Amino acid sequence: MAKKIKTPLTEDVIEDLKCGDLVEITGVIYTARDAAHKRLVDLIKEGKNLPFDLRGAIIYYVGPTPAKPGKVIGSAGPTTSYRMDPYAPFLLEKGLKGMIGKGKRSKEVRDAIIKYKGIYFASTGGAAALLAKHIKSAEVVAYEDLGPEAIRRLYVEDFPAIVVNDIYGNDLYEEGVKKYKKK
Amino acid sequence: MKKVSEEKIVETVKELFLDAVKLLPEDVYCAFQESLRVEESPLGKAVLEQLMENKKIAESEGMALCQDTGFAVVFIEWGNKVIFEGEDLFKAVNEGVRKAYSEGYYRKSIVNDPLFDRKNTGDNTPCLLHFEFVSGENVKIIAAPKGGGSENMSAIKMLRPADGIEGVKKFVLETVEKAGGNPCPPIIVGVGIGGTFEKAAYLSKKALLREVGKHNKDLRYAKLEEELLTEINKLGIGPMGFGGRVTALAVNIEYYPCHIASLPVAVNIQCHSARHKEVIL
Repeated sequence: MAKKIKTPLTEDVIEDLKCGDLVEITGVIYTARDAAHKRLVDLIKEGKNLPFDLRGAIIYYVGPTPAKPGKVIGSAGPTTSYRMDPYAPFLLEKGLKGMIGKGKRSKEVRDAIIKYKGIYFASTGGAAALLAKHIKSAEVVAYEDLGPEAIRRLYVEDFPAIVVNDIYGNDLYEEGVKKYKKK
Repeated sequence: MKKVSEEKIVETVKELFLDAVKLLPEDVYCAFQESLRVEESPLGKAVLEQLMENKKIAESEGMALCQDTGFAVVFIEWGNKVIFEGEDLFKAVNEGVRKAYSEGYYRKSIVNDPLFDRKNTGDNTPCLLHFEFVSGENVKIIAAPKGGGSENMSAIKMLRPADGIEGVKKFVLETVEKAGGNPCPPIIVGVGIGGTFEKAAYLSKKALLREVGKHNKDLRYAKLEEELLTEINKLGIGPMGFGGRVTALAVNIEYYPCHIASLPVAVNIQCHSARHKEVIL
């Protein structure tokens, strides 16, 4: 059974999440990928305000396809997370709590997840039409010039994901492979 | 002599991409069904079920299977008995791509310059065109939108001839293991062996176009494909890398003669959204 969680994320909720848990996320989440991350971290380094409140927030690594007329959003599955690894620790330090993407994170990100009490979820890459069904609203909040890479505020309902890295130092990619690897 | 007009190319390329991005090939879907039967990991099964559901939603709602609607890779085999009526074939193919990505509401994922500007071209052009002049009176066009995530996990290596079959196996397995869950398994592994540096890479891409379950006609290569598939599925990576039995759906090898000093090997990884569509004019 999936655990139902709401955003913004609190530390109580994060403490309860373990690697391998299925979750369904409801609430506001923000999209950002490569280019937007670079801009956010540049703002942090310059001591400037960010275009949205990071505290308790979840960032979803996605660059959706454009919405067809009458639709909220196009296809919207996760992109590979390692490209955001150089930036993620800065955001976690500033209050970011959750990340949704796919694929393994660097040691620096995993350490920052433990240190700042964050959580890393994966959702199914390439299940983009299915995942889009859980997105009920979408609006660009910053960097419209980046097109698919703009930062969007999404309202999601029961968005399916799985806990990969928890605050206890577990990693689903390592544990899952260990379990099924044959000599 | 058969004639193919510029307009025909534009229209054909457009229709091919409009379909390829939202319709998963039937052989890939069948491979999902078969995978669901053999997968032991509960999370792996859940992923496969989502992918099958995703295929149905994309088809019924006319949505892109994946938000990464890819680099528009196009293969054209042009028969020597066919006349092109028009000015510029590359321009016509690009026009088809532009129309498809606009009309289909597909994502535009191409930047104009890889290093300095990285500015989105806004229409998913230019495409990547592989053109071959062949004998015959047909024109074959294949549209193969290629996602960035799996492309990023691909690799090439110039082996020594002495490295032989074992060297090839080791490199393929290393590449797949290193990629882990990143390229969205279950993957299809395209392997190009021989030729020159760029030929091996080209062959590895071309190998991805083969139907799942079909093997190389040379039985020695067919056997190598089967052995590699078995070894890859022992790695334990599983669907989306969460651990499991099904890491790859197929290993497809293409080969070409090579220099006495060389043994080039390229591994091109294709995510489970193995999109391609072809037509013969």
